[in-house]
Amino acid sequence: MSTGENRRRIGERLVVLQVAVVVAFAALGVCFWVLQIAQHDKYEEMAANNHQRTLALRAPRGILFDRNGKILVENRHSFTISILREHSKDLDQTARLLARVAGLDLKQVQDIIERHRGEPSYRPILVVEDATLAQVAAITARRLDFELPDVRVEEVPTRKYPESLAAHMFGYVGQVTDAQVASDPGFKSGDIAGQSGLEKIYNADLKGADGARVVVVNSLGREMSVLQEEKPTEGKRLQLTIDYDVQRATEEAFNAVSMAGLTNAGAAVVLDPRTGEVLAFTSRPTYDPNAFAAGIDRGTWASLNTDEQRPLNNRATQGRYSPGSTFKMAVGLAALEEDVVDPNFHVHCGGGANFYGRYFKCWKKGGHGSVDLKTAIAQSCDVYFYTVANMLGVDRINKWATLLGLGVKSGIDLPNEVTGLVPSTKWKLETRREKWYAGETISVGIGQGAVSVTPVSMAVYMATIANGGTRVTPHLVKAMDDGTGKGWTPIPTPPAQSKFDITQEKLQAIRDGMWMVVNGSGTGGRARVAGKDIAGKTGTAQVISNQGRAAARGKRDLRDNGWFSFFAPRDNPTIAGIVFLEHGMHGPNAAQVAHHILDTYFAKLDGRPLPAAPKPEEMRLDFSDSAGDSGPREYPDPPAMPADDQGPAEVQREIALLDRRPADGSAVTGVAR
Amino acid sequence: MLGAVLALCLIGVVQIYSATGASSLYVTQMYGIALGLVALLICLTIDYRSLADKSHFIYLGVLALLVFVLFFGVVRGGSRRWIDLGPLNLQPSEFAKAAVALVLAKYFGENRRGAVVPSDLIIAGAMVFVPFLVIYQQPDLGTAATLLPILFIVAFAAGMPMRVFGIIALAGLLAAPIAWKFALKDYQKERVSTFLDPEADARGAGYQQLQARITTGSGGPWGKGFRQGTQGQLRFLPVAHNDFIFSAFAEEHGFAGVFAALGLYAFVILRAVEAARLAKDRLGAYLVLGVLASFTFQVLYNITMSAGLAPVKGLTLPLMSYGGSSMIATLAGFGLILNVRMRRFTN
Repeated sequence: MSTGENRRRIGERLVVLQVAVVVAFAALGVCFWVLQIAQHDKYEEMAANNHQRTLALRAPRGILFDRNGKILVENRHSFTISILREHSKDLDQTARLLARVAGLDLKQVQDIIERHRGEPSYRPILVVEDATLAQVAAITARRLDFELPDVRVEEVPTRKYPESLAAHMFGYVGQVTDAQVASDPGFKSGDIAGQSGLEKIYNADLKGADGARVVVVNSLGREMSVLQEEKPTEGKRLQLTIDYDVQRATEEAFNAVSMAGLTNAGAAVVLDPRTGEVLAFTSRPTYDPNAFAAGIDRGTWASLNTDEQRPLNNRATQGRYSPGSTFKMAVGLAALEEDVVDPNFHVHCGGGANFYGRYFKCWKKGGHGSVDLKTAIAQSCDVYFYTVANMLGVDRINKWATLLGLGVKSGIDLPNEVTGLVPSTKWKLETRREKWYAGETISVGIGQGAVSVTPVSMAVYMATIANGGTRVTPHLVKAMDDGTGKGWTPIPTPPAQSKFDITQEKLQAIRDGMWMVVNGSGTGGRARVAGKDIAGKTGTAQVISNQGRAAARGKRDLRDNGWFSFFAPRDNPTIAGIVFLEHGMHGPNAAQVAHHILDTYFAKLDGRPLPAAPKPEEMRLDFSDSAGDSGPREYPDPPAMPADDQGPAEVQREIALLDRRPADGSAVTGVAR
Repeated sequence: MLGAVLALCLIGVVQIYSATGASSLYVTQMYGIALGLVALLICLTIDYRSLADKSHFIYLGVLALLVFVLFFGVVRGGSRRWIDLGPLNLQPSEFAKAAVALVLAKYFGENRRGAVVPSDLIIAGAMVFVPFLVIYQQPDLGTAATLLPILFIVAFAAGMPMRVFGIIALAGLLAAPIAWKFALKDYQKERVSTFLDPEADARGAGYQQLQARITTGSGGPWGKGFRQGTQGQLRFLPVAHNDFIFSAFAEEHGFAGVFAALGLYAFVILRAVEAARLAKDRLGAYLVLGVLASFTFQVLYNITMSAGLAPVKGLTLPLMSYGGSSMIATLAGFGLILNVRMRRFTN
């Protein structure tokens, strides 16, 4: 083969190679054209998904203010630790390392992960809700080493309740439960929502709108820069009707009662009787809502739930108790309005009276003599009200008690309010399938028997008497600020539940009687505030029948409940309310609590310095057992009391003397003053 | 041609800077280019014929280095490929290409028969197969594979009958399942199978390939701009300064940049083929083609891989990817090509 031929052949093959090269490059060009031009949008989106993360920014909840602008509930910064599964290579390894570094229980971490396994992987799993700075530091250090690329530490606003005040009214917040997520499309897993109290009722207003931050992350999930940020919108601010100082005074007085060793359970509701605005609201024993704000730990939750005193229970709206003698005004007013009696109607009290073949005792051995309505209220004469109740019949008592706010819901803007009970013939027929015996009406006349009320309804009852017949709706929110710069928008006062006109002179008889309770020789002298016409009524109610008492002795706290209901000033009331001491033994003890509330209220009104928190030893509390034995008994001489404001009736012992509930042995019965 | 080569080197440096930023890798790369240009000049000054005469020494020398690496090399990323020379590491397998090109060019160039007979093919095959096997042991299948095109292209130019290619193709096809079963290591199998269905395992083995495609595709017609590539800059794309440099380049400079770069590579290759055509003797032509064969194969494969269209192999893009040895060897190779072109009129 010649060289030329050889050359020609090489030349031919070189052309083949050249063509092949051109074809190959052209093909590559086409490939790139397809990828970069034709399918550009698809890949651009994939690239964006790679490096962009949208993080939810938790909105701070709306701040709660008192009626004068003092902050009651606010937010603080806390740190959360969560796992971003989409960055996890080995979730088990992450759980182990996280548990070790942050000092958590591995099993618990695994449980949390397991619970959220079904959710989309881009949604972070919250592991620690309120991390300590030590945990944050330990994890951040690890993160820098790329050991925990899938763990995120975030600063979030968390609810803060600066003072131990009105926990049951505020309620608490917590992560939404699975059931809430399932039932409400507005919730998604991990959201924080109000779970009780105002936090729950006004959750939609308070929660605000979560923001979002789009960040650029690298392949290890580390944030490199922020692309765009939509700031979270703070929840609406609420101005409550609560007066901080009155609220504070209420808590202080309850603290003193508790420290004195009398009782740590009870409730108080204080209203403006003209509008239904709630000035103070408490339920005891209380709990710390801060513990919920950052995710309550199991131990605390369990102890709150197993505590026999049920501290999570809102006694003001969910507790039902016999009102005892505080019920007597309802009976008196019913008798006046039904024209069964007039204010001058007199009953002779000889220490007891016979009705339907039974002898009903008055708490005062020896009796009150001849009493009219005012005196009967002032002295809490049982025989007078036995007599009047018998004349009225249970249904007319029911009618007027209802109009005054008892035995019905108050309509307060708090969740799960329960209804008390004022019996009627219809009620008994429906629930017990039995006819009402006239003899049962007698004990209803002194607020025992089947009568049960919630403290909040008692406050409404007082407000209705105070304002002359308007059953105002207690409410907690005065104004709202939605953050748009308009400032406070007043929330309209909710309409009254019912309204009737009490004849002025009839009303005056009731009011005068209540005034005498405090300012005369009545049982409520401890509530007296110099120069202020406080009107009130004590109540001492048995928690168990005398027969039941013997059986249950030593197993339960059987001490009587103490009530003090009040309004002031007598002739143009601006404050009305109720103090309830569970096992507080005596109504006058509750009056002692009310005194500090009223003293503070009027001091503030007059611009005087507010009274100091009462010390336990300054509280004139009565610890004497009034009904320790079954059956009537003699009381010892009254203990010595400071002379300044204690009338003789004040220190007299009341006697629980009768047990006459045949149908229901457990029913509360007795005598109260 | 040299201008185009240098332009590609420059693109590479800029892209390395973009991908690695403040680290001094791009400076190292510039040293590599400088050393490469020195190597190019050396290869240029010595007549390729005298080089070819000594080709068996060069071949054996490189082979010795490869064996040395196998026992004493530095291990990185599971492969034993480098000789530690203090400030820089030498990767002998890069030089094996030029050595094989030289020795094959000499063998076929001095073949007086004028046609390629099976015995030639067996001898030539053996010359390729020995370094192939050693490099494969490192393991570095990618670089080993670049030796094969040298054999095929040179044999093709030397006049190997087409039916032999047919037989080889057939044999390859038949051997594939056997190779799959015995020769390939697990991670290699994984790469091949993920290539066939990359999204089946987007988090695992298919990750690189998918990311390469996303990187390239998201670049669009004009690219995201210098240092603005999200995929490369944020490390979603692995080794953006090395194996996947072209993906990162495509992301930041778009189809326009790709078009220009492809044009430069095509220009360089076609000009080099032209040098083979103009070569004074067969030795020169074969030498040019031998050097060019591994270069072209590597360029085409890497760019295809960069677009996420080929299984991921640790194969760099000559002239652009980061790597001193590769740069020096490649520029030395161009020195040989220019050498042949320059001496086309001399005797």
